[in-house]
Amino acid sequence: MMTLDQVVPGVSVVVETVGGARAFRRRLMELGIIPGTRVEVLRVAPFGDPMELSARGCNLSIRASEAREVQVVAAAAEQRASVSPLAAGLAKSAP
Amino acid sequence: MSMTEGFEPPVPKGAAPSNADPAQETGMPTLLLVGNPNVGKTSLFNRLARRNERVGNYPGITVERRSAEMPLPSGRRVVVSDVPGAYSLSARSSEEQIALQAILGWAGNPRPDLVIVVVDAGQVVRNLYLALQIIELRVPVAIALNMVDEAGDRAPSAAELERLLGVHVVPTNGRNGAGIRELAAAVEAELGEPRRPRVHVSYPAALLHDVDRVADALPDEWKGNVERQRALALWALSSLEPDDELTGITPGLRERALEVFAGAGERDLDREIIESRYQYLEARLAELPTRASEARGGRGLSRTERIDRVLLHPAYGFAFFIAIMLLVFQSLFAWADPAMSLVEGAFAAVHSALENNLPEGFVRDLLTLGVVDGVGNVVVFLPQILLLFLFIGLLEDSGYMARVAYLMDRALRSVGLHGRAFVPMMSGYACAVPAIMATRTMERRRDRLLTMLVVPLMSCSARLPVYTLIIGALFPPSSVFGVVPVQGLLMVAMYLFSTIIALVAAAVLGRTLVKGRSVPLILELPPYRWPSFGSVLTMMWLRARAFLSEAGSVILAFTILMWLLLSYPKVDPPTDAPSQPAPAASVSVAPNDAKLEATPSFEAYQLERSFGGQLGKAIEPVIEPLGFDWKIGVGIVGAFAAREVFVSTMGLVYGLGDVGDDDAPLRERMRAEMHADGKPVYTPLVGLSLMIFFALACQCMSTLAVVRRETQSWRWPAFLFVYMTGLAWVTSFVVFQFGRALGF
Repeated sequence: MMTLDQVVPGVSVVVETVGGARAFRRRLMELGIIPGTRVEVLRVAPFGDPMELSARGCNLSIRASEAREVQVVAAAAEQRASVSPLAAGLAKSAP
Repeated sequence: MSMTEGFEPPVPKGAAPSNADPAQETGMPTLLLVGNPNVGKTSLFNRLARRNERVGNYPGITVERRSAEMPLPSGRRVVVSDVPGAYSLSARSSEEQIALQAILGWAGNPRPDLVIVVVDAGQVVRNLYLALQIIELRVPVAIALNMVDEAGDRAPSAAELERLLGVHVVPTNGRNGAGIRELAAAVEAELGEPRRPRVHVSYPAALLHDVDRVADALPDEWKGNVERQRALALWALSSLEPDDELTGITPGLRERALEVFAGAGERDLDREIIESRYQYLEARLAELPTRASEARGGRGLSRTERIDRVLLHPAYGFAFFIAIMLLVFQSLFAWADPAMSLVEGAFAAVHSALENNLPEGFVRDLLTLGVVDGVGNVVVFLPQILLLFLFIGLLEDSGYMARVAYLMDRALRSVGLHGRAFVPMMSGYACAVPAIMATRTMERRRDRLLTMLVVPLMSCSARLPVYTLIIGALFPPSSVFGVVPVQGLLMVAMYLFSTIIALVAAAVLGRTLVKGRSVPLILELPPYRWPSFGSVLTMMWLRARAFLSEAGSVILAFTILMWLLLSYPKVDPPTDAPSQPAPAASVSVAPNDAKLEATPSFEAYQLERSFGGQLGKAIEPVIEPLGFDWKIGVGIVGAFAAREVFVSTMGLVYGLGDVGDDDAPLRERMRAEMHADGKPVYTPLVGLSLMIFFALACQCMSTLAVVRRETQSWRWPAFLFVYMTGLAWVTSFVVFQFGRALGF
């Protein structure tokens, strides 16, 4: 397990959990970066922050301080950007 | 959830107070254009909006609202309004709340008859997330599937999508106008007979239980059918927080939503809501036969990624950034000049034509010195405004502006400014007026306000003539170490000084008065696209029009006021002027120069006795500790019109007439000016104090007028004036008193 800010540019990962301030995590999830989404780190800005990500065919930039709150695991090379572990997450949350 | 609930019956219009809206006046059906940012919504709006375009604000908030008439195939007309881009209806700030209020026709907005959701065909899932929320509110929806060409094989078939969702889906292209007629036909059909969307997200049972508890606490006005109540309860559950900045939320609802949210314990309600929606969309879209994968693995680099590898490169990217910004700056600073001279020349010609053909008197002076010069003072800003918005339009439309924010975030965040504040701050070196208008590129009110309050501290081009005069008059053209000219060094120092003060002011104001919660930066870097020149030209025209009509009237009024102040009361020519020195602390002892020995001109005599002259004398005790006498005070009063007016006012004060472009006689005169005790009025220390005063004081009525237009209140311009002028006084005081104590 690692956090998104530790991921080297060019590497793809899969989101495990989205943490951090509520405004941040809600907006990031609303943009489709939810547990199970595949994310590629594209590059880091010249001053070392923020970083640029690619997810679901869209490019986003977030700051390192917030990327630290996103836990990720290494992506299997053939894994597609999908929300497969979603059902598991929902089942867990049901009573 | 059952789909048998009908839409609510239409409520008669006219109840909502918004007299600026054409729909209110005509009873025409109202359409809203809603969508994520960067989906081509503005281009589409420009295509749909054919007549009577109006730009106003959303009720109670300074967020721009464009609306216009749009003809339908039958000839019937509807009013279409643009809603600011949003990824979701959930909100924390009153700006984010606009989307919900506009869609429901709350808070003084007209109730829409149809909401057109603009969907980027290349980002269908994320875009439909917003459409889903709107459909859940049981508002009639049609979808414009935009930019199908750009999406290529990622674009779903519109017909399939229409079958799947049960709403009209029309492929459109805002750039070339394709699909606009079809969209109008769909609007007509939908207005005639609204469809029932086939959309039904299955939320977990426990979540629905929570949602129903929140729904019970909804205020009566929010209650409608059970579907909408649930949707509103979901919105409240996602949006309400102990410290949100939302308006119109009853305490009971907030309390209940927070209680339910906290009571969820281990369960993560935000995640449950968002995941349920994405799961639903993914599952439904998977049914589409034609849809290619959104993840474009193994298809090589996209065009945008190839461009970004260069433009966001640590070295070339930065060089490109600097080159682009220099180009924008150069255009404002230098290229706008011929057009501005042309405007000035034209108004000067009208001025003298009137002067020569009208009988002398109040009416002539009012027309020439007040109205013509005032209108000229307004129009002279147009070249810079048009040029800046040309560049901003090109940068926004091409997708590069988001990269500016990305590149500059780290640097500007350290003083509390948004990455997008870079362009307004840089434009401030040319002129604060277009720069303040450029703060519109930022979404948050707090970011806009903070930038607006510090941009006027940047050393604008109107300060240059003042610096030039003072440096030329009071500092010798010698060199440091034989190479670096003192005068040039001082000029550079003034620019550095203003920049540092502006950044410090941003850091201080951002932590105190315009304290905003630090919002997370989640910045979309949209694909690079060719700018749509039609959209850019429309935006330039709208900005120029808004400036002329709203800021222009204030600048005109200020000009007339300044003219009255400096010309009245009228006095008779002095009968014994040569023998009677001016009743003031300083007299002119002019050695050696025959020109300077002349008696003060009648112009100077009149100016001294005008309200402005009296004001200059009245403030003398206040400005004396800064090293200024009352004559400089009159110059400062006159410079409120614009800083460069200081030069011509000083020319008048010293009886030199109109100094024009050559300020050499004025420089001589300043060097020769002595106090009653024989000491020179202008020492290098006084010059430094005066330059610092001009660097910091808010000596610009046009800046105040444009801040008023952007904030829709006099409160912020008043604050801007007080804080800048106060800062100027204190800084000049410290510099002058310290300098004097050190023996300068």
